[in-house]
Amino acid sequence: MPLSPDEIQRLARLARLAVSPEEGEAVRAQLNRVLNLIDEMRAVDTAGVEPMSHAVATAPGAGQRLRADAVTETDRHAEYQAVAPAVERGLYLVPKVIE
Amino acid sequence: MLNSTLSELAGALARGSISSVELTRLCLERIARLNGVLNAFITVDAERSLREARAADERRAAGRAGPLTGIPLAHKDIYCTRGMLTTCGSRMLANFVSPYDAHVVERFAAAGTVLLGKTNMDEFAMGSSNETSYFGPAKNPWDTAHVPGGSSGGSAAAVAARLAPAATGTDTGGSIRQPAAFTGVCGLKPTYGVVSRYGMIAFASSLDQGGPMARCAEDLALLMNAMAGHDARDSTSLERATEDYSRELSAPLAGLRIGLPREYFGAGIAPEVLARVREAIAWFEAHGARLVELDLPNSRLAVPVYYVIAPAEASSNLSRFDGVRYGHRARGYADLADMYCRTRAEGFGAEVKRRILIGTYVLSHGYYDAYYLQAQKVRRLIARDFAEAFERCDLIMGPTAPSTAFALGANRDDPVQRYLNDIFTIPAPLAGLPALSIPCGFDAAGLPVGLQLTGKHFAEARLLGAAHRYQQATDWHRRVPAATPL
Repeated sequence: MPLSPDEIQRLARLARLAVSPEEGEAVRAQLNRVLNLIDEMRAVDTAGVEPMSHAVATAPGAGQRLRADAVTETDRHAEYQAVAPAVERGLYLVPKVIE
Repeated sequence: MLNSTLSELAGALARGSISSVELTRLCLERIARLNGVLNAFITVDAERSLREARAADERRAAGRAGPLTGIPLAHKDIYCTRGMLTTCGSRMLANFVSPYDAHVVERFAAAGTVLLGKTNMDEFAMGSSNETSYFGPAKNPWDTAHVPGGSSGGSAAAVAARLAPAATGTDTGGSIRQPAAFTGVCGLKPTYGVVSRYGMIAFASSLDQGGPMARCAEDLALLMNAMAGHDARDSTSLERATEDYSRELSAPLAGLRIGLPREYFGAGIAPEVLARVREAIAWFEAHGARLVELDLPNSRLAVPVYYVIAPAEASSNLSRFDGVRYGHRARGYADLADMYCRTRAEGFGAEVKRRILIGTYVLSHGYYDAYYLQAQKVRRLIARDFAEAFERCDLIMGPTAPSTAFALGANRDDPVQRYLNDIFTIPAPLAGLPALSIPCGFDAAGLPVGLQLTGKHFAEARLLGAAHRYQQATDWHRRVPAATPL
């Protein structure tokens, strides 16, 4: 089922992307073509097939590990915040959230 | 010297017939002369390169040199490098200087290599032509009106044009192998989990894998010896005994079983690509390999599955770019939500936005089972096809891409047509398998053709061995692109 202009705006909101109504039409046409391509796999019979969430699970010797519950990071906040758009007194600045 | 392989350069450095400073200067001069045309590098820092080269020469003089000490190389601009821009080909990170090095960057630094600079790429590795880069497309040195492929197009162009003896790349759906094929160089996508993803900016985490790009298989093996290995900072990094990727370079071809999937030799492939690939396979047969015809019946579903899984993971990974902690932030906004929306609309290009929206859709309420879960199930069917195929053969061969490098701008407004061009490179990462592209000839227009070799998990050394035997008997990998003569 092709996406409607309203659905494009809903997706854009969910993805936190501003999409203007003018851009919206081109985006909608291209997304619908991609969804059309994807539809080919929807019809495949996958009854009883275990989903494969990670390539690693199929490799011999693979498995997720847990590390020791120990502090491994040192305080480098000044270095990390040096690349932030707006920082004051060690805090990230954002527009007012609560009135 | 510029046309020497990395292995030959390593020998020259060891013998003292050239110093790392001299070699680095040669590369920097060539970059200065040709990068204006090729746009292969986004960032070059000659002073830093020469500083590292001097350190490498001192290390050699002190008797502490390793096999790669003093070798200049380039990193794809997806690998975080401390003290140098890491843009990922995006406006979002156009001013980003990472506070830390990627694992791969650390490994090469420890080996004593010299960083020449950071190479151009499709934005966030999303693209197969390098045209989605915010910094403009890299060009194909064989014909600068053609794309070098992507997403690791800058690395491929740099190696092909002899700006660097080797470069790193990353591969999610073919981003090492397709540009290698389009530019006549070699590229290996290792088994998932062999190379750490720490500090490699994430696109689709269950598929992304770093790997080397160079002029011959022997060089790829040397580079893998430095790149591969366990890293606790990547939870998917595998704990395995250290292996020597050069160990099978002289293994005999006699008895090698080469699988030829019928699906990789069907309709939609340029006749000249098919002809060159068949000639290469005939060479292997003439030298003792046995050909086994087989089927990968679900491989036709690989592209649709990929365009569910990769965008889904991308939409999640790229949510971190919010204009708060790093990267671009829009100037004017009404409130926090508006700041996010404008920042991301300005910072991301059209292809990245498209994939974020597709990913958001397939993960959204009511569609998750029909798209994402279904794609994961079909992904398993694709992986099973390979597992069954490898009971009958040792490696699989076919074309890396259905065509040679296409012209800049071709199908620019038709993403689906572009996506279908990755039909032969997408299956291996879905199954987590290693795959390699090597040059095997040219079409009538003089553009390179790539031969793809796919192996079972951890069969890298075997793939490299087969490729090396072929390269000892052929000189496709020695040819220098017409547009960038030595």
